[in-house]
Amino acid sequence: MNRFTYARPADLAGALREIARDPGARFIAGGTNLVDLMKYDVERPTRLVDVTRLPGLDAIEETAAGGLRIGALVSNTAIAYDARIGRRYPLLASAVLAGASPQLRNAASTGGNLLQRTRCYYFYDAATPCNKREPGSGCPAIGGVNRIHAILGTSEHCIATHPSDMCVALAALEAVVQVAGPGGERAIPFAEFHRLPGDHPERDTTLCQDEIITAVELPPEGFAEHHTYLKLRDRLSYAFALVSVAAALELDGGRIARARIALGGVAHKPWRMPEAEAALAGQPAEAASFALAADRLLAGAQGHGHNDFKIDLARRAILRALSQAAAGTPQSQTDKRIR
Amino acid sequence: MLKEPHVGAPRSRVDGRAKVTGEAKYAAEFPAPGLAHGHVVSGAIARGRITGIDTTAACAVPGVLEVFTHENRPRTAWFDYKHRDEVAPPGSPFRPLYDETILYSGQPVALVVAEDSGTARHAASLVRVEYEAGAHETDLLRAREDAYVPPKRRSGISPPPKPRGDAVAALAEAPLRVEAEYRIATEHHNPMEMHATTVVWEGGGKLTVHDKIQGVLNSQGYICNVFGLSKEDVRVVSPFVGGAFGSGLRPQYQLFLAVMAALALKRSVRVVLTRDQMFTFSHRPETINQVALGAAADGMLRAIRHDAIGATSRFEDHQEVVVNWSGLLYHCDNVELGYKLAQLDIHTPADMRAPGAPLGVFALESAMDELADKAGIDPLELRLKNYAETDENEGKPYTSKELRAAYRLGAERFGWSRRSAAPRSMREGRELVGWGLASGVWEAQMQQTSARAVLTADGRLEVATATADIGTGTYTILAQIAADAFGLPMESVTVRIGDSSLPKSPIEGGSWTAASAGSAVQAACHAVRETLFRHARGAEGSPLGNADLDHVAFVDGRIVLAADPDRGIGLIEAMRAGGAERIEHEQTASPDKANQKRYSSYTHSAIFAEVRVDEELGVLRVTCIVTAVAAGKILNPKTARSQVIGGVVWGMGMALEEETLADHRLGRFMNHNLAEYHVPVNADVHDIDVIFVEEQDSRTSPIGVKGLGEIGIVGTAAAIANAIHHATGKRIRDLPITLDKLLERPPAERAR
Ligand SMILES: Cc1cc2nc3c(=O)[nH]c(=O)nc-3n(C[C@H](O)[C@H](O)[C@H](O)COP(=O)(O)OP(=O)(O)OC[C@H]3O[C@@H](n4cnc5c(N)ncnc54)[C@H](O)[C@@H]3O)c2cc1C
Ligand code: SF4
Repeated sequence: MNRFTYARPADLAGALREIARDPGARFIAGGTNLVDLMKYDVERPTRLVDVTRLPGLDAIEETAAGGLRIGALVSNTAIAYDARIGRRYPLLASAVLAGASPQLRNAASTGGNLLQRTRCYYFYDAATPCNKREPGSGCPAIGGVNRIHAILGTSEHCIATHPSDMCVALAALEAVVQVAGPGGERAIPFAEFHRLPGDHPERDTTLCQDEIITAVELPPEGFAEHHTYLKLRDRLSYAFALVSVAAALELDGGRIARARIALGGVAHKPWRMPEAEAALAGQPAEAASFALAADRLLAGAQGHGHNDFKIDLARRAILRALSQAAAGTPQSQTDKRIR
Repeated sequence: MLKEPHVGAPRSRVDGRAKVTGEAKYAAEFPAPGLAHGHVVSGAIARGRITGIDTTAACAVPGVLEVFTHENRPRTAWFDYKHRDEVAPPGSPFRPLYDETILYSGQPVALVVAEDSGTARHAASLVRVEYEAGAHETDLLRAREDAYVPPKRRSGISPPPKPRGDAVAALAEAPLRVEAEYRIATEHHNPMEMHATTVVWEGGGKLTVHDKIQGVLNSQGYICNVFGLSKEDVRVVSPFVGGAFGSGLRPQYQLFLAVMAALALKRSVRVVLTRDQMFTFSHRPETINQVALGAAADGMLRAIRHDAIGATSRFEDHQEVVVNWSGLLYHCDNVELGYKLAQLDIHTPADMRAPGAPLGVFALESAMDELADKAGIDPLELRLKNYAETDENEGKPYTSKELRAAYRLGAERFGWSRRSAAPRSMREGRELVGWGLASGVWEAQMQQTSARAVLTADGRLEVATATADIGTGTYTILAQIAADAFGLPMESVTVRIGDSSLPKSPIEGGSWTAASAGSAVQAACHAVRETLFRHARGAEGSPLGNADLDHVAFVDGRIVLAADPDRGIGLIEAMRAGGAERIEHEQTASPDKANQKRYSSYTHSAIFAEVRVDEELGVLRVTCIVTAVAAGKILNPKTARSQVIGGVVWGMGMALEEETLADHRLGRFMNHNLAEYHVPVNADVHDIDVIFVEEQDSRTSPIGVKGLGEIGIVGTAAAIANAIHHATGKRIRDLPITLDKLLERPPAERAR
């Protein structure tokens, strides 16, 4: 762990000033990811700008459009147990509860969850090469230990996944990330927030170093009737997803009016394919339609050895998740039996 | 009425309060004036040499006292034997910072010592090491070609017995045959408490050392030998150990580094390892088992062959008892067992809870399940049919063996008779239900141990021996035994352990501590009792005047006539009468050599497991485990139950989760943190029902105890794997059984 200085600005403008002063500075919120990475010498920030006391970022509020605005400092626990979210966006609450442990969720913030970094073993081990940690050093996960790695949207430079559960639900719900920077505020649609690795695996998102996340906005449609978050992992709790599926449906009789499907654990970002979702529209809510959607979503999926199983697993998980959503029997995050 | 004894009753831990309030001090928590802090720099390659270490930047950090490397470390003992600790296997023990040679990935290459731990950690990240890499091998599947029979046996580890009968011929002729290969992945020790040492510089060349160790005398001996110190000058004090189960048997490298730095700097030094450094030593060796069973059509075993290959390092032949169990658990006339090692560029493996047994027993008990399947016989019936009445490896009777009762009681509790035989025949909702069973076996041993008992005129009793309590409940059972000796409440007893200045005790391992330390404490208490009784008889007007020790009882702080408990004399009164302020005796308890020659002694268990599998998704739940344990006398059903539950949960981890993943190109373990190295969490653990089977054993130890720290893990993985087969029809022979293996199509045999 390196030496760093610490600042705790009193307001947003102060936070932006602090971060702009030093290109090596980083925001710190719950610290559940950043501090670990600092201990492993993966992140070596010269200055920590503590955002936890910034006013106005810790509330969940109604938006004019009829959605909800979740402040960047709202804890994962607060999201999971908020009555409005539970009623209108149960998919989100479920995904949050599927992640980490109660202690971590208490500390973890909304902004930090979006920006948590991959769990790739090599990324965490500064004694090994890694393009994401040290651009140009190589990607030992390709041909190495890659059981937890991506099967979609990879590049020859990186096959890491984004590990968040919450973000998979946010992707399915088409949330919008609100950010503030030196040039003012901007809104980033969720699908454009996380990147694919391409030639620059060191960049996880489209956020700039000197920008801060202020909130995540949920549009009015929450798919409260027909949704599920299905997470498959190596133990029944407290493990990152090997594959997860956030499924949200709007049904019209026995037919699908609208569908959203986002996959976790399979790519550098929550994986969506609007064509696959569009193709479901008008189809009967039954296995055959779900199978077609799975085929489309996983077209081009490629294993790297240890993670070959994820292709088959993702397919099965999509089928199950869509049938859970269609039946209105979402996966419970406390009873570990899969519905 | 005589009071009910403490021994045999469920008593809460006497150290429980100290532990939950933080009053109990662990190795890294002892304060010392002027304490300096060391942080270890870990190496990056698996084999080769260090060509340069640049410590300039680290040394320049204010607060850094010294950066030790192989280039500047102080001299230590030259000969290998000086570095060999009590439980070292044959070979050349690893010497930290010895020279430029790299023997395994993660090896310590420097120690940064600074005024505070933050500075040390920061400076450690500035040390630059250049290597010249050599060709390495960490893949057991390749190295198995060069496996060899270890030329020198490890002390305390029995090599496989000589073959009996003709297993090859009997196998060839057997109407039923099972032949398969079973593998268990590398597993790393991950006790809650990371390994740590605090060396207190007492001045005048004297050191007090707080080490995470399962035997303070082992650390003391190691330090004295390596650094040429005398035992008078080195005291090791480790009253509490935050879990160890084998990782703390051998002194680990942080002990060496902390003592080295303290001696060089002439001040107190603490070295605490990080969680990722916990993956740079102390692992259960990856092991490959080949098992062949031959049986008659009715399931009677005709032949057993079991050959295992365990991984070891290039510098030590770490050995465990892996295959011997296969010649022991069942009656069979034709048995051939073999055990080999294969060298890898890794650190030497270490003992991990029941070293060897869960590996070999997983293979044997899986194979027995396969045989039951082939023979169309219920797996429990198959085991009863082939029940071994004697130890056929050694041709000896058992001191006791109630495994038959364990099978019966376990089966009743579990409801085994309701099992439908065919795989895939039980289902509830979406889930396939599977029931499996396995046997467990572990050595019952006693080791020579000394203890002291001191009774003082204030009615307090202190008992002391150098042994350790790694969380198993040693403090508590010793307090129970001592309290019973005098009819005192447990609160009147102080137990002191974990201090090298106390009477001699072996390391806490092998499940022998309760039997050994317990017998020693009882012997010392009995010696005190004799002296006390003499005083009591001599007291004026003593009602015990004509009695002898066999005719009195110690009840409620009094010595009374057994036949007439109203007549007696108080302990304190007796001491006063004898003019004694304190009565102190030290005694040594030793195993009975004649019994050891004549008898074999083992603990046994029968484990029943229920799993539920969502086959489409590979999601598995272990919904019930019943384990019936026959382990002689149970001193404290409460702490004993905890021990067995802990073993069962660990067995679940072995079956389903634990695996240190190696990148063989880098020669490095990669999932070195607790987020990616999985052990069971609460959600994974459902009902665990522990049954203690009545078992009288007067030959293993004077107090009837056979020990049960380890038996809980043995066989658990096999019971779960067998239940998975019953649920799904899939026989998975590679542990851990992860989701991807459950999804694989039926048992396409591994091609290798
Ligand atoms: C053992 C373990 C298991 C876990 N399991 C799961 C799991 O199963 N599923 C899951 O989804 N997650 C899991 N997590 C991850 C956890 O959810 C994240 O660590 C957490 O959400 C991060 O939030 P934080 O507030 O602590 O972020 P921090 O660690 O404080 O920050 C993370 C990053 O976000 C940046 N940042 C924080 N806030 C802002 C802001 N407002 N604007 C701009 N940048 C910001 C920081 O600079 C930093 O780069 C696990 C974590 C651990 C340690
Ligand atoms: S997959 Fe990405 S994060 Fe992992 S080693 Fe390769 S480049 Fe680094």
